[in-house]
Amino acid sequence: MLAKRIIPCLDIKNGRVVKGKNFENLKDVESPVELAEFYNLSGADELVFYDITASFEERKLFTDILTQVANKIFIPLTVGGGINSIADFDRVLKCGADKVSVNSGAINNPHLIGEAAKKYGDQCVVLSMDVKRTNGKFTVYSKGGRINTGIDAIEWAYRGQEEGAGELVLNSIDTDGVKKGFDLDMLDKICEKLSIPVIASGGAGCIEDFVDLFKNVPKVDAGLAASIFHFKQVDIKQLKNTLIKNGILMRI
Amino acid sequence: MIAIIDYGVGNLFSLSSSLNYLGIDNIVTSNKDVIKNSSHIILPGVGAFKDAYLKLEECDMVNILKEEVKKGKPLLGICLGMQLLFERSFEYGEHKGLSLIKGDVVSISKDLNEPLKVPHMGWNSLTFKKPSSIFKYNKEGDYVYFVHSYYAKNCSESITAVSNYGIDLTAAVQNNNIFGTQFHPEKSGETGLKMLKAFSEVV
Repeated sequence: MLAKRIIPCLDIKNGRVVKGKNFENLKDVESPVELAEFYNLSGADELVFYDITASFEERKLFTDILTQVANKIFIPLTVGGGINSIADFDRVLKCGADKVSVNSGAINNPHLIGEAAKKYGDQCVVLSMDVKRTNGKFTVYSKGGRINTGIDAIEWAYRGQEEGAGELVLNSIDTDGVKKGFDLDMLDKICEKLSIPVIASGGAGCIEDFVDLFKNVPKVDAGLAASIFHFKQVDIKQLKNTLIKNGILMRI
Repeated sequence: MIAIIDYGVGNLFSLSSSLNYLGIDNIVTSNKDVIKNSSHIILPGVGAFKDAYLKLEECDMVNILKEEVKKGKPLLGICLGMQLLFERSFEYGEHKGLSLIKGDVVSISKDLNEPLKVPHMGWNSLTFKKPSSIFKYNKEGDYVYFVHSYYAKNCSESITAVSNYGIDLTAAVQNNNIFGTQFHPEKSGETGLKMLKAFSEVV
């Protein structure tokens, strides 16, 4: 059977890996190329690269780094950040990405999901959603969690699946960077209606949080985290061994 | 020199960089002379079966692949590239394949008895059915990376490994010098690199 996946996420700005809390106060970590190589060898099942830069120059730096990383890692690589068109899909796929993650770009133009799925296959299109509780409802935010779109998260996830997304990243703004565990309630409610793989993101602080995630929300296929891996608070091999002891299928 | 067939389908970058990492000479090409002079051929592919086969025809690759294989040159089809080796596929209709290996390509979801997610995407473990030289550095239970919604069926003579997903899915096949993997060795970490190395050593 399929193993559950552990996915480190690298947010990249000015060519460096950064990490914030609730999407703010970005902190510099280290070279993305070195970190990616480290993860490739330490048991990560996939890597996610997010380009959180803005200017054209910085974007060029990002694609250079992406190419270097893709040359050195031999596990699936998902790339996101600033994906607004088929041309953007093309740009990162040519650098060696296997999957492309869309967020605000899909909110602005939901047909982008379907167009990309038709051109590159469903497996290539990952819909990433930033979700926050607003007035008692799970709501989708855009622009890195800054803008409330007013869109219902459960409906948006389902729409993404119907448009042709092959995978979904559910990121909780409420739990991001807080390190008190994944947003199990949100994940459970949104997963319920879905038949595509779901990656849980936001809130992992320790090994136990992953055990809770996979035990309580069996429809989740993967757990994604950033700082706890970057700062070596959680070792992926140790994490996987603990999960296996708890009856969760893992690739080792 | 391994020739990676470029017929406008799929991500050839990671395959080429895996071979580079292993120090194995390779070239991404659709040039017939280059293919004829190569020692091994890899047929990659992602996307839909019918489009991919049409592209192979457009690039005039169908005959050259058959000729080279007949001479005994090792060929490895990966993912859709493996599916193309079979006689027919039932992905959106019925389409003919290269017929280098006996069998059909059929929908996973139609054969599943339980509501599992399709595509079959992620890491699954291998159960060996027959020895195959591309597995000489691997062991049973090794995990490999899959992304597919269709699988090869009616090909029991050539199956070398399966992965269980409610049913046994054909993971790898071999018919003499013709090899196929449904999974992506170039995306399967160390496990997959070992298979690419072993394939490059097939004589």
